[in-house]
Amino acid sequence: MTPPLRSVVDPDALEIRGLTHRFGQTVALDDVSLSVPRGTFVVLLGPNGAGKSTLFALATRLYDNASGHIRILGHDVRREPMAALKHLGVVFQSRSLDGDLSLEQNLIYHASLHGINRRTARELAARALDKVGLAQRAHDKVRALSGGQARRVEIARALLHQPSCLLLDEATSGLDVASRESVLSMVRGLVSQEAVGVLWATHLVDEVAAQDSIVLLHKGRVLFSGRGPALMALAETDSLRSAFLRLIGRDGGAEAP
Amino acid sequence: MSVAVVPQRLGLAGYGICFAGIVWREVLRFLHQRERFLAALVRPLVWLFIFAAGFRQVLGVSIIPPYQTYVLYEVFVTPGLVGMIQLFNAMQTSLSMVYDRETGTMRTLLLSPFPRSFLLLSKLAGGVIVSLLQVYVFLLIAYFWEIELPPIGYLTVLPALLICGLMLGAIALFMSSVIKQLENFAGVMNFVIFPMFFASSALYPLWRIKEANPLLYEICRANPFTHAVELIRFAMYGQLEPMSLAVVLLFTALFLAAAIYAYNPSKGMLGRRGEAR
Repeated sequence: MTPPLRSVVDPDALEIRGLTHRFGQTVALDDVSLSVPRGTFVVLLGPNGAGKSTLFALATRLYDNASGHIRILGHDVRREPMAALKHLGVVFQSRSLDGDLSLEQNLIYHASLHGINRRTARELAARALDKVGLAQRAHDKVRALSGGQARRVEIARALLHQPSCLLLDEATSGLDVASRESVLSMVRGLVSQEAVGVLWATHLVDEVAAQDSIVLLHKGRVLFSGRGPALMALAETDSLRSAFLRLIGRDGGAEAP
Repeated sequence: MSVAVVPQRLGLAGYGICFAGIVWREVLRFLHQRERFLAALVRPLVWLFIFAAGFRQVLGVSIIPPYQTYVLYEVFVTPGLVGMIQLFNAMQTSLSMVYDRETGTMRTLLLSPFPRSFLLLSKLAGGVIVSLLQVYVFLLIAYFWEIELPPIGYLTVLPALLICGLMLGAIALFMSSVIKQLENFAGVMNFVIFPMFFASSALYPLWRIKEANPLLYEICRANPFTHAVELIRFAMYGQLEPMSLAVVLLFTALFLAAAIYAYNPSKGMLGRRGEAR
C-alpha cells in the first residue's frame, strides 16, 4: 500500500470543484465546490430541493456530471471510477437493505460487491456490527429491526470496506428523536476514530454542532461555506436557525404565511 | 491511519467474488420468498394439469420434428411451459430491479467499484440460475405426470435454458431501465408477457397457426419467444435447432447492449430524467 506520488499533500476524502448539472432547462447544481478533508465532519445543509440529492447521485455515479470534478481521495469518479468508488461509503435516504436476509447476509453481500471474500467478510461484519451495537442481532432478519437499528446497520455496511469518505443523505429521516441522536453521535465518533471524512446532508439545522464545517446549499448554489459563528455573523443573527432561514429567504418576510 | 489493511480485491479474484455474491443473493432471496417459488410452480402446473388435459381432446398434434411419434398435447406443451417459467422469472427479476431502484438497493449495487456492465450481467446470471431451479423442479413434477424426456434430454436442455434465460433476462433488464415507476409495470406485463406467450409456438404448433391465420403465423415467427421455445423443445430431445439458436443469440446481444447502454452513467436513461433520488 504505497501512496501515489501526488499525495505529498494528503488528498481530501471528497473534493468537488465547479460542479454544474442540468436536467433539460433546469439547473440542478450551479458551480458547486466543497471539500471534505479526512477526519472531518462537514454538514451539507439545505432545504428540500436544494440539489443535495443530485449531488449525491453524481458523487455515487448514478449518472455523470456534465462539468466540474468530483474526486474521492484524489480519484476522479468519472475517469477512475474503480479507484474512486473503492474508497466511498454511502448511506442513502431510502432504505436499502434486504428485509428477508439476515444482518450478516446483507453485509456479506455488500462485501462481495467490493471483492471481499466470505471469510474476511464474516470477520468484518462481526466487527462492524459490534461497533454499531448490534452484534447480538447478526443472524436476525433485517425486517425485525426498528428504523433506527436498520439505519445503524446501513452505516455499518457503508463502513465495511473501510472507505475514507462517507456520504450520508438525510440519514436520520424517519427516525425518532432518540435514534436520531444516537445515529448522529455514532457518526461523529467515527470521524475521530477512523479518520474518515463525512459529508452529512440534512435539512435540519438542529443537527449542526458548533464545531462543524457547514456548506449551505440553496437552489443548486453554495450560499455559504464555513463554520457556524461565521454563518451567524453573515446573517447578522445569533442563532443558526434564523441565520439559515434568513439566507434561504424564509425568515418571515413577505412570503411568510 | 486506519489499523487494518483494506482487504478489497479488484483483480480477477475480486470479479469472481463479486459475481458469486450477486448470484448468491438472488438465489437466497428467491428461496426466502416462498410464495414466489410456489407461484412460479403453480402457474405452469395449472396449464399442464388442467388446460393441457382438456385441450388435448381438441387439438391433435401430428408428427413434427423433434417428435418421432404422435405425442400427447401435454408433451407438446411442456417446452412452452418451461419457456413460460423463464419468461415470468425474467420479468419478475426486472420488476424487482424497478423496485430496487425505488428503495435504493439498486444504487447499493451500482456503488460497487466493478464495471457496471459486469454488475448487470451478474445480476442477469443470478436471475437465470433462479429460473433453472424452477424449471428443473417443474420437469421433475412433470416426470411423475408421465412426461418423460429421453434421459440425455435433461442434460442437453441445460445450455438451451441458459441462453434463453439470458435473452429473456436481457429483454427484461432493458425494460427495467426504461420503466420509470412500478405502477407502469403491470401494464407492461400485460403488453409484453401475454402477447409474447400467446403469439408463439408455446401452445400450438406453428403449422396449425399458418392454416388458421397467415398473418399471425408471421408474427409468431418474428417473436423471439417462439425461437426460445423451439430451441428448448429440440434440446429436450438432444437436438439443435440452428435457426432458433441464431435468433435467440441475436436478440440476446441486441437487448444486452441496449440495457448496458441504458444503465451507462454518461449516456443512459437514468440521468436524463433527473431521477435524483
